[in-house]
Amino acid sequence: MSDLTKLTLEAALSGLKAKDFSSVEITKAHIDACMDAADLNAFITTDFTNAMKAAEISDAKLAKGEGGALEGAPLGIKDLFCTEGVKTTAGSKILGDFKPQYECTVTENMKRDGMVMLGKLNMDEFAMGSSNETSAFGPVVNPWRKGEDLVPGGSSGGSASAVAANMCLGATATDTGGSIRQPASFTGTVGIKPTYGRCSRWGIVAFASSLDQAGPITRTVKDSAIMLQSMAGYDAKDSTSINKAMPDLSAACGKSIKGMKIGIPKEYTMDGMPREIEDLWQQGIKWLESCGAEIVHVSLPHTKYALPAYYIVAPAEASSNLARYDGMRYGERVEGDNLYDTYERTRAEGFGKEVRRRIMMGTYVLSAGYYDAYYLQAQKVRTKIADDFKRAWEKCDALLTPTCPSAAFAVGRKLNDPVTMYLNDIFTVTANLAGLPAMSVPAALDNNGLPLGLQIIGRALDEETVFAASSALESCAGFEAKPEKWWV
Amino acid sequence: MFTAKRVADKKDWLSGRDHDWEIIIGLEVHAQVASKSKLFSGAATEYGAEPNTQVSLVDAAMPGMLPVVNEFCIEQAVRTGLGLNAQINLYSRFDRKNYFYPDLPQGYQISQFEFPIVGEGEIEIEPEGGEAVIVGIERLHLEQDAGKSIHDLSPDDTFVDLNRSGVCLMEIVSKPDMRSPEEASAYVEKVRGIVRALGTCDGDMEKGNLRADVNVSVRKPGGDLGTRCEIKNVNSMRFIRQAINYEARRQIDILEAGGEIDQETRLFDNAKGETRTMRSKEDAHDYRYFPDPDLLPINITQEFVDGIKANLPELPDARKARFVVDYGIPEYDARILTADKAKGDFYERLAKGRDAKIAANWMMGDLFGALNKASINLDDSPVNSDALGELLDLIGDKTISGKIAKDVFEKMFAGEGGANEIVEREGLKQVTDTGAIEKMVQDVIDANADQAAKVADNPRLVGFFVGQVMKASGGKANPQAVNEILRKKLGL
Repeated sequence: MSDLTKLTLEAALSGLKAKDFSSVEITKAHIDACMDAADLNAFITTDFTNAMKAAEISDAKLAKGEGGALEGAPLGIKDLFCTEGVKTTAGSKILGDFKPQYECTVTENMKRDGMVMLGKLNMDEFAMGSSNETSAFGPVVNPWRKGEDLVPGGSSGGSASAVAANMCLGATATDTGGSIRQPASFTGTVGIKPTYGRCSRWGIVAFASSLDQAGPITRTVKDSAIMLQSMAGYDAKDSTSINKAMPDLSAACGKSIKGMKIGIPKEYTMDGMPREIEDLWQQGIKWLESCGAEIVHVSLPHTKYALPAYYIVAPAEASSNLARYDGMRYGERVEGDNLYDTYERTRAEGFGKEVRRRIMMGTYVLSAGYYDAYYLQAQKVRTKIADDFKRAWEKCDALLTPTCPSAAFAVGRKLNDPVTMYLNDIFTVTANLAGLPAMSVPAALDNNGLPLGLQIIGRALDEETVFAASSALESCAGFEAKPEKWWV
Repeated sequence: MFTAKRVADKKDWLSGRDHDWEIIIGLEVHAQVASKSKLFSGAATEYGAEPNTQVSLVDAAMPGMLPVVNEFCIEQAVRTGLGLNAQINLYSRFDRKNYFYPDLPQGYQISQFEFPIVGEGEIEIEPEGGEAVIVGIERLHLEQDAGKSIHDLSPDDTFVDLNRSGVCLMEIVSKPDMRSPEEASAYVEKVRGIVRALGTCDGDMEKGNLRADVNVSVRKPGGDLGTRCEIKNVNSMRFIRQAINYEARRQIDILEAGGEIDQETRLFDNAKGETRTMRSKEDAHDYRYFPDPDLLPINITQEFVDGIKANLPELPDARKARFVVDYGIPEYDARILTADKAKGDFYERLAKGRDAKIAANWMMGDLFGALNKASINLDDSPVNSDALGELLDLIGDKTISGKIAKDVFEKMFAGEGGANEIVEREGLKQVTDTGAIEKMVQDVIDANADQAAKVADNPRLVGFFVGQVMKASGGKANPQAVNEILRKKLGL
């Protein structure tokens, strides 16, 4: 039997359905792959025993010709998703040995559809980071390597590495400023952040409520379609959930983009951006043109304010969202001399440096006397950015941009330079600020042999167009490269 | 900025060393919405449950939990706003008020800061012994209650009960329009009457379902406003008056000694009748309010508001006016009988088909007197409206006299039975048999021949004879009949 870990999710699901192999077999193959790749540090918690049990249950269903859209497929879950009875850390020490008594809506949906959960994937602490180095459980290593260890991007670094290294058929991830798309770009995988409100946030540890969205990281566009279709859906428990039917995403893949208008925003470039990213962008334009798309040039004039606005809004919300980690009801507590001393010690020791930095920034921008100058101003910028997109949609159906201004960088390179680190998000934050669906598709290798991604941004709720354009891009790019399996 | 144009009645001025002072009072009333579930979760709100048994994952702020607004609470806020004659804001928003405390699991309270659901309004109050006063309403907003920290179960530990965490409160903020402790308590009484009539809050102050933060400052009558202090969580009308009296005098003493008032938050110690510092301005939090990103703004339509308006029950002011017209009772009586929904309902049941004025007198006199003395609420009265009605009917058909009725009422209140039952059992029926009365009159005249002889010169002596006959009858003789027969026999 061929290596079951090399299959796409789509192929694995049809193989399972055709009984070419069992869920137990494919799950076992992935468990072995996970164990072989332990050095990549992609998982915080594995749950192989329960995974094997779930595989058996799936096999029983498959044997009767039953089962859901993900029946029997071994997948990974970012450790930001609360999973009933399975330790959930958010990449932080502060949650201690926290085992939720509840299952978040997204994984509940996936379990309903027959997912086999292999375990909980490593991530930047509370999803704050672009390199997975802020995790309290150590950095994740990118399976792509050039002489030295590279970061997989972040915050969903564990998800991206695990998918790129064939440790799971696909993984859930979350994206607040680029945390799905940037690691996808760094690891040669596909990742989509859907429209804000498509995936319920209920039970996902909050970073910045108005920006957080869950989505999949997979090896193909079609696999993302399959996973997102299962993850998404209206949820009355999330007041920001959108009650609109999701289009058939699998059907959108491969759909002709003839006549589709693709906008090229002139502002999506940056000083010091490698020439090859610029070239890849031009190549992407040609690919889409060759599929019959019409290229239009658009301007999103407020793009340059997006990153500063993001780094005000996101920390502001985070400073409040993370106030509940006070050592009183769950998680770690460090006893102090009195109540406030206990709070201070608990939070100083429980949170890592980057999380503390963002809590401080967020607290600052919300403080009396600064609120108007920072938070309110940032909200106004946010409105301007959304307006920029609205104007662009008068001219085009989707936008094509690079996903990131660079390829994966070495572990430790940017860790002590937060501003350089934050610049990773420059092309991705706009979609979060405006709540738009955006997808990163692996397009080429750079001169060092590292993957680079291109991004498709679509109108709110128009995932159909995003998938169609991304799928066309994927076909044209024909990205087949795989990292050398050096970790075994 | 608040201004305070109205100057207090002189009778409410406090005397000082060099000049008189007036008190400026503003109130924040916290009224718990009468909702079975919390503002943002489905957990129950029932009072008195075992600690931490009415706590959802949301109320305990577990990771990833999200609030979902309880629409019933929004509706109650709109109803209350209409009852306060206030502006209803079709757009309002929930904000987070950030601070750390163990009984605040989220680390923030969800409240409405910048855009409250209800804006300005006004109500009329009638303080005891004073003129009616219009009090402005600044706003009404919705917010979550915190849990409860319990410090006295152990010398070293604090325990937290989250049953109250997330319960929906309406904070009703007045303008600083009150000038005396009586006006302040009349205001709270009025607000309480309105929310009870609307059914939006049960108004139970003992359970803390309605409580007030009292802002007090003093100034030279008509002069510039002074620095205020806020007294937190005062939970009875009497305590409100006591706290204001104490606080005003404290501030005057400081000012007259050449000191300055520190703007601070104070506590009222009901046992000692004093206020004391809780936290000073320096300790004041920066709450870092910002819109709650987990919740969408509340957009309601004018149709929604109009629909609620069309179905509002009668409010105390309207009811008072109706009582004056329909029952012909004085305005003063009507006000007392409509201050509270329960009183008004009781009165309407009692007055139906009976002499409305006698009904009012009996309720306000004997019944309220007895309830007050026994510290019982009208709702728990041992004599209900039907029972009291039965007694009034016995007076009405002259079965018993008003005087006997008072004794019967006391027995009824003591639980010794219904009016008819007591009258029968104790043989209290009025004697209207003229033969029997004539005999009693004759006996009294015979026994007091001296006095009888003087009656012609001194007609006021008739009263003496009436008293003697009534005494002889054990109070049961019909006083009118006694009078007539006496006058006839005495030749008047």
